[in-house]
Amino acid sequence: MATAPVLLDNSHEDPRRRAPLVLGEPDFGAITEQVCAIVEKPKPPRAWYVAFGISLTLTGVLFAMIGLLFLQGTGVWGLNMPVAWAFDITNFVFWVGIGHAGTLISAILFLFRQRWRTAINRFAETMTIFAVMCAGIFPTIHTGRPWLDFYLLPIPNQMGMWPNFRSPLLWDVFAVSTYFTVSLLFWFVGMVPDLATLRDRAESRWKQILYGILALGWRGSGRHWHRYERVYLLLAALATPLVLSVHSVVSFDFAVAQLPGWHTTIFPPYFVAGAIFGGFAMVLTLLIPMRAYFKLENIVTTRHLDNMAKIILATGTMVGYAYAMEFFMAWYSGNPTETFVFVNRALGPYAWAYWTMVFCNVVVPQVLWLRKARTTPLALFVVAMIVNVGMWFERFVIIVTSLSRDFLPSSWGMFTPTWVDLLTLFGSIGLFLTLFLLFMRLFPLFAMAEVKSVMPQGGLDIGPHHGHGQYWGEIPRQHETQFAEDDR
Amino acid sequence: MSDAKLTAVEAPPARWGLLAEFESVEKLLAAAEAVRKAGYTKFDAHSPIPVHGLDEAMGIRPTRLPLVVLLGGAAGCAGGLLLQWWTNAVDYPFMISGKPLFGLPAAIPVVFESTVLLAALGAVGGLFVANGWPQLFHPVLRSERFRAATDDTFFISIEAADPRFEDGATRALLESLGSRAVEEVER
Repeated sequence: MATAPVLLDNSHEDPRRRAPLVLGEPDFGAITEQVCAIVEKPKPPRAWYVAFGISLTLTGVLFAMIGLLFLQGTGVWGLNMPVAWAFDITNFVFWVGIGHAGTLISAILFLFRQRWRTAINRFAETMTIFAVMCAGIFPTIHTGRPWLDFYLLPIPNQMGMWPNFRSPLLWDVFAVSTYFTVSLLFWFVGMVPDLATLRDRAESRWKQILYGILALGWRGSGRHWHRYERVYLLLAALATPLVLSVHSVVSFDFAVAQLPGWHTTIFPPYFVAGAIFGGFAMVLTLLIPMRAYFKLENIVTTRHLDNMAKIILATGTMVGYAYAMEFFMAWYSGNPTETFVFVNRALGPYAWAYWTMVFCNVVVPQVLWLRKARTTPLALFVVAMIVNVGMWFERFVIIVTSLSRDFLPSSWGMFTPTWVDLLTLFGSIGLFLTLFLLFMRLFPLFAMAEVKSVMPQGGLDIGPHHGHGQYWGEIPRQHETQFAEDDR
Repeated sequence: MSDAKLTAVEAPPARWGLLAEFESVEKLLAAAEAVRKAGYTKFDAHSPIPVHGLDEAMGIRPTRLPLVVLLGGAAGCAGGLLLQWWTNAVDYPFMISGKPLFGLPAAIPVVFESTVLLAALGAVGGLFVANGWPQLFHPVLRSERFRAATDDTFFISIEAADPRFEDGATRALLESLGSRAVEEVER
């Protein structure tokens, strides 16, 4: 690769031309080498072992806690009547929310022709798959009786019963499982050309067989690419409303109930904005250390970080607006119970959780108005971590404060988590990281074929084109070269 | 098929076709167009990235996969509606919260999800069938040089089974198009 000094900050705007997406003007081979090296190094770096050891231990803790739950029942958790949903559903909504960034990047940014998505889409999609897996655990265990989970699905059974399709809880089953399936298809189809690259570079027999099977016989055929691009575009078009629908349906679990603090029409857009906000924060949390550790600054450039920070700032502001609007509606509705619930959120026994949420999700992200904060990886990492915490608290506040004090003071109650609650939450983080660390050692974490296609040698601007990688909008190539000549 | 015909079948030719290597997108596009204009039909281009304009250069007709996706979506929509109506209003009518046994608004979320699910399965299933996946072996994968097709090199392959294929002429054509190397691929 070229050893010439590389200008690493490409976040400055020059309206006359597009900023380069891959820095240092590498050739295709250099990109292949760089991305495959993460997988092909005979041994992962020591930090990987440390991270893997910790996450694997936490995963063990998660399964131990689940085992304890199945043996003893939900009494091992702190939930009670009236707070019958607590950490379980908080964790579910938290993880599903994180799962939104991946498909947003891969589908919505694709339709919007945002070329920069190519550097981060695989990373974010992988995160989505694993986050939705973590999310899926909680509804299936939250009754403490997993052998009854088949009640959720329309399976003919000896009782002659069917699930109740008029319940949002059942809509949720369909929304999350469809989202998982479609994300998985999107992710796998997108990975086939890169798996073929790994197959063609594989030296050991088991790798040749593993990647050989997974690559499905991909040979870069022009006829295959044609169908592949068309299917990718269609999947993006299908996944786009799906992303927006999943957290909308999750929010129906609350909004359709009559509980004050839940029963509100602002929930679907509020939840979707929050999910994108939290999802992007998790992408940055994982991406920033990995980018620094594997020296990927030329692929995941400062401009990428800047763009993601802007999305966090925009969605964070929407979330802040929703928080304010909930209070306004509580007052404007003139409903005393509703008003009480919101005053209680801000000033009641869970005020500490409410103000943690406001601080993390509304106050801290405001530093992202500063360009310096958006382009400094460390600052961005700290903000992202704080947002992760804030988004967990948001779900906790919505679920627990509303349940703990509703209409009748005689039925009020407080929730305090037990050690099992806490270890289950940390264990799920361990499972998420374990899966991610395994993935990065086995599969291409960056979409090589897509990154190459947005490089100048990819010939993106030659001839008419439909579908995959058609990102360039209405700017003809001639303008760029014209300006380049003017500069000389 | 009669036995006479079966015995008449000759041993397959050892040669599958020719594989020509190109160094850039521009050369690949020019070559694909020239090969198509020379009248070849059983040829293919191979590239590590989707090459823009290759469809036109190779004369690939638009795929009919969108139709499969439409049919999948329609099946999912109808199936989702039928499932909810039959299970909740016909087979196991159960009055809850005074809600109608079947109401369209309450059915929409599940109908939406089943529509998207079957449309996406149709898209990917159709892609697998149309591309012949999984096809773990293909003659071009024999070539050591071809390993770069998923890295940084572009190829055009022409099958010996093409009616216009001639030993010297086809090779000469590929070489005249600026191919870095032309090699024979065994079946």
